[in-house]
Amino acid sequence: MVAAAKALSTKFAGFVGGDDFWRGIVAIAAFLIFWEAGSRSHAWFGFSFPWVSQVPAPTAVLQAMFKLVQEPSFWNSAFLSTLRVFEGFFAAMVIGIPLGLAMAVSRIFFGITFPVFEVLRPIPPLAWVPASIIFWPTQELSIAFVTFLGAFFTIVINVIGGARAIDVRYFQAARSMGSSTWDIFRRIILPGTLPSIVVGATVGVGITWAVVVAAEMISGMSAARTLRSSPE
Amino acid sequence: MQQLLQELSHKMTPHAPPVTPTVSVPLTGVGTGMIVSNVTKTYGAGEFTKQVVQNCSFTIESGKLTVMIGPSGCGKSTLIRLLAGFERPTSGTITIGGKPVSGPGLDRMVVFQETALFPWMSTYDNIMFGPRARGEDTPEMRSFAELLLQKVGLDGFRKKYPAQLSGGMQRRAELARSMINKPEVMILDEPFRGLDAMTKRLMQEYYANLYEEFRRTTFFVTTDIDEAIYLADRILIMTNIPTQVRAVIDVDLPRPRHVEDITENDAANAIKMKALGLLHEEAMKSFARGSKAAADFIDAYARRMAKE
Repeated sequence: MVAAAKALSTKFAGFVGGDDFWRGIVAIAAFLIFWEAGSRSHAWFGFSFPWVSQVPAPTAVLQAMFKLVQEPSFWNSAFLSTLRVFEGFFAAMVIGIPLGLAMAVSRIFFGITFPVFEVLRPIPPLAWVPASIIFWPTQELSIAFVTFLGAFFTIVINVIGGARAIDVRYFQAARSMGSSTWDIFRRIILPGTLPSIVVGATVGVGITWAVVVAAEMISGMSAARTLRSSPE
Repeated sequence: MQQLLQELSHKMTPHAPPVTPTVSVPLTGVGTGMIVSNVTKTYGAGEFTKQVVQNCSFTIESGKLTVMIGPSGCGKSTLIRLLAGFERPTSGTITIGGKPVSGPGLDRMVVFQETALFPWMSTYDNIMFGPRARGEDTPEMRSFAELLLQKVGLDGFRKKYPAQLSGGMQRRAELARSMINKPEVMILDEPFRGLDAMTKRLMQEYYANLYEEFRRTTFFVTTDIDEAIYLADRILIMTNIPTQVRAVIDVDLPRPRHVEDITENDAANAIKMKALGLLHEEAMKSFARGSKAAADFIDAYARRMAKE
């Protein structure tokens, strides 16, 4: 643990002050300046930049943000959204990882579940929103279901791919050394699939965040929506 | 590495006493032989059938190091899989100690040419994998693992992961991992392929010493004729695909073997010339599939042989 922290801090220390670091700073600063200039182009230059001038300037955004963080309703809705994300994500992990492993391990189970899974997967999570409003008793559950779907398919696909990618020679070596099926699962399949599980979770949580705001918008009655519709 | 070189040079001096193990677990002992009888292996079906092994028969004698050498792609790896039990022959039988082979097992351990060490376990955990899988994580086993670690010279690397070991060290770790299970037959599939020349030679010397100490029934596959002659008690020369045994050459050179003796020994060189002749004939058959380039190649080779 300590070793990991030290490694991380030296890596970070090496980065700060390096060439890449300063290039990054300059690039972001240039971007902000361009944005500011573009938004204020009418006042500063007399003519409007084509699209950038429609967007509020970064300084205006900062001012609005300062006002917003002082309102408790903002924090309340941020908390609610985070809660929904983690409900959906956690459920997706708890259901998706065992399901993915079962599908990777057993051909029969795979043959039964995968066709249905693949038919449902292309449906965008947002398209599920009306169905889930009808289907689930409470509003929280219906939003959580949609966020669950966002992460679920990603996690399962990554787990199956990861388990399949384990080299067959590891299984052969383990079998010839007398491993039982359970032993192979615990010591070969689980550690071998772990990188893919992490990748699936990382991508999945990003999708969940993207989905939760839209799901809340459509299903309505969340504090976030109330905030968005209030004048700046 | 220093330790390994010292150990090797100690063993290379004539009349050096063999290093005796200091653990009560029985290590030396002859294993059981294997008999391959009229084995055929075909892949695919209908018009895509490919016969890789055809009516192949040979014996792996108990307590001897049998080396199989053949042209590339002749089906040696398929034979390895059949011997190890990962696949079944289409027809014919393979027996070990009289009992038929029905699947992978402890009695036949394979060391592959690409490393099959589990990358998420340390060297020590890899070596202890077999015993732990069978619930044999006893103090006795642990001291045997210690002994093997010393034998393969990886004492200081027990906590390292396979990715942190060099190619030669990975090979040695795999040897230790196989040997801790005390298999009756050790099967090695071109284990030193791809190593640099120095490491390869050191590994060959090292492995010859290891074999001479434990005398386990060993089946070794290679494409390097020098390696084959250096290590073998018997050499099996295989034909082109579909593969059969073309010739069996007994290598009667005295043990312990030294590389200098082999290069200067007349008997060894005679064996090498004979084997090379047979191997080139077989290798050329795979080239001669009617292309002009192949015909040119065969012509050029024939002229070279005539000159020598």
